[in-house]
Amino acid sequence: MVSPILELTNINKSFGHVQANKNINLKINKGTIHGIIGENGAGKSTLMSIVFGLYQANSGSIKINGKEINLRSPRDSIINGIGMVHQHFMLVENFTVLENIILGFEGETVFGEKLQKAKEDLEKLCQTYNFNIDLDATISDLSVGFRQRVEILKSLYRGAEILILDEPTGVLTPQEVDELFKILRSLKDEGKTIVLITHKLIEIMDLTSEVSVMRQGEMVGHTKTEDTSKEQLAEMMVGRSVLLRVDKKKIKKGEIIFKVNNLSVKDDLDVTRVKDVNLEICSGEILGIAGVTGNGQTELLEALSGIRKVESGSIKLFGEKISDQNNFLNPRMLKEKGLAHVPEDRQRMGLISDFKAHENLIFGYHDQEPYSKSAILNNKEITEYSNKVMQEYDVRPNSPNLITSNFSGGNQQKIILSRELNENPKVLLVGQPTRGVDIGAIEFIHQRLIDMRDKGAAILLASVELDEILSLSDRIIVMFDGKIVGEKENKNVTDRELGLLMAGVA
Amino acid sequence: MEFLSDIASLINSTLRISTPLVFAAMAGIFAERSGVIDFSLEGKMLMAAFVAAVGSYYLGNPWLGLLLAIIVCVCLSMLHGFASVTHKGDQVVSCVAINILIIGLTTALAAAWFGQAGLTPTLNEDQRFLEIHLPFADALRDIPVIGTLYSDILSGHYVFVYLAYLSVPLVFWIVFKTSFGLRLRAVGENPSAVDTAGINVFTMRYKALAINGVLIAFAGAHLSTAVNANFFREMSAGRGYLALAAMIFGKWHPKTALIACLLFGFTDALQIRLQGVELPAIGEIPVQLIQALPYILTVVLLAGFVGKAIAPNAIGQPYIKER
Repeated sequence: MVSPILELTNINKSFGHVQANKNINLKINKGTIHGIIGENGAGKSTLMSIVFGLYQANSGSIKINGKEINLRSPRDSIINGIGMVHQHFMLVENFTVLENIILGFEGETVFGEKLQKAKEDLEKLCQTYNFNIDLDATISDLSVGFRQRVEILKSLYRGAEILILDEPTGVLTPQEVDELFKILRSLKDEGKTIVLITHKLIEIMDLTSEVSVMRQGEMVGHTKTEDTSKEQLAEMMVGRSVLLRVDKKKIKKGEIIFKVNNLSVKDDLDVTRVKDVNLEICSGEILGIAGVTGNGQTELLEALSGIRKVESGSIKLFGEKISDQNNFLNPRMLKEKGLAHVPEDRQRMGLISDFKAHENLIFGYHDQEPYSKSAILNNKEITEYSNKVMQEYDVRPNSPNLITSNFSGGNQQKIILSRELNENPKVLLVGQPTRGVDIGAIEFIHQRLIDMRDKGAAILLASVELDEILSLSDRIIVMFDGKIVGEKENKNVTDRELGLLMAGVA
Repeated sequence: MEFLSDIASLINSTLRISTPLVFAAMAGIFAERSGVIDFSLEGKMLMAAFVAAVGSYYLGNPWLGLLLAIIVCVCLSMLHGFASVTHKGDQVVSCVAINILIIGLTTALAAAWFGQAGLTPTLNEDQRFLEIHLPFADALRDIPVIGTLYSDILSGHYVFVYLAYLSVPLVFWIVFKTSFGLRLRAVGENPSAVDTAGINVFTMRYKALAINGVLIAFAGAHLSTAVNANFFREMSAGRGYLALAAMIFGKWHPKTALIACLLFGFTDALQIRLQGVELPAIGEIPVQLIQALPYILTVVLLAGFVGKAIAPNAIGQPYIKER
């Protein structure tokens, strides 16, 4: 039998006290698409960064084609035929495609002949793979899908035989994902080896022939994809059986309680990001907003929650105008009227990361009884409340005095959720509730949202995860370029249909 | 003819006054394009002036003084790099520390060595740079326009003046036409992209800082061994900050930074001219107001006219590779 193209033996890696990789063994065969699945923080990206030479393992060995190699920097990996497309693209935004690709591999001190040659070679590569990229285009002018192609092209140009992709589909529309998968399959047919890191089960089932599962820094299993199922993989990832589908009662729709008329909103750079949006939410329903990141969802949510000024149009809560271009209620006043907001950027707006958990748990209520009296905090009461609510929301570890940034993404989100749901809001605005959250916590958060709906709250859910939109929403609107380009009852809607709307083509 | 020669002398002094600004702005471009803030241009210029004056005095050769100044400035840049690149300290704090250190150090060393706080002995003709008179400057002076241009504007400057203006196209060429320049710009924009391209981010930033040290040394030597014949206390007089402002106004680009330096140089030349001059209707303008002109201009330009001066994306951020 031929030796695997990439073989990792007993890889260990720690960051401070956290052991990100424990005794990892992995074999990847040439010409396959090999999936590595695991939750956020399971150590997948760390492992692949070690293979790419970005991090150095504390111990263990790496063999390529049976030969042991020492990877001290990405340069060593690149020379050994390893390429990596990172989750956050490694591109210089104000450089051209060509400049980005030759960076580090210019081949000459002063630009001249080699640059010309590189351009010709790249044009040939583009033709071979049907990439359709303008080499002189500036990166900042390209769509996310194209930027990813630039990353792939960059790796291929540098001679990659093994191509590692870290969560490549997170920012793509379903159509772009199809395109990407087509490219990856054709690369495989050429004999290249693809390593796909993902937390999405469906991608593993769609694309890979072999899969390795990671959990909490350890490799917990390898299998051929055809011998496994989504449920089985999910169980391996989480360590217990999980419910992949959300059980939802039939909708008990009430009256309209939140109404938005002809709303336009500008961002900090004075660009109109929300254009003439109309929507209504009834009590007892979840309205999902689908759309690719950056199509106005952020600004819409900020305007609705009283953080951002409205340019024109109005927002009404229980028939009372709460916001128009002249004045708007601040978040505190809105909270008193029964509106809660789980912001999409939890690090920046949802939490004060350097505060302790109990401080974040009561923030916004800190000046009210029983948490404080005559402007003095009642620490006993706060701690008692924190203990209770952290248990109820299954926040781990259950230690109210821990600094918030030390909790995992999922547990941070639970802290926010518990605070926002504390007073049983009538309207709940939720942005990206499960971004960077592990499957176990996703299950919990989804269940809480459904509970709120069943209790009669009106919920607006903005998410870039189509699965989430489809499994939670009663009604779905799609945003593209600040406008609502489609509205559908969530019955027999497919992600393809939504994808076309999200791309602005339907 | 009176008017023409006035203009010629104004341009002549603009070129001379702008010289240290140009060197400093070019030095700043290297540091900041690589993602390292450099407020310490001021301190390094002062140190270079001191070292060049002392070096020339003891070694009897201004070129050796310059060489010493270069060595010391490169060391100071490395110190800045050690604090803010290797140890990821706050870049502004590191610069301020360097500036304060040098104000005190130059004064104290001068006192210790020459018995006068912040003053070095006057250099004789062999120990300093002299004005260079281009060939036939005197012979051509009487030809209208061309003569003035050649003899009164181009000729008769210190060597640094010529070097400063030659450095601009050179810097442009390095930054935009070489692979080093590509890497330099990339490391200031997105160091992760540079790292994943297999280039050492720290090495790149140190190289940029080394070039920065060399260039700023010229600015200091110009002050103490060319236009003046000794070092005196705080003789850089804010030129480092002015150059930094010019660089920002020039959007981190050598050509536009040059224009900004010339503009600042021009207002300075103008204020010297205007001192004591009676203006019709206004009368004599107070000296203090005139002297403040370049600084007022700086504030106005930076506040109002820069528009979107887009700094290198990663400027001021130490590169942290691992979490």
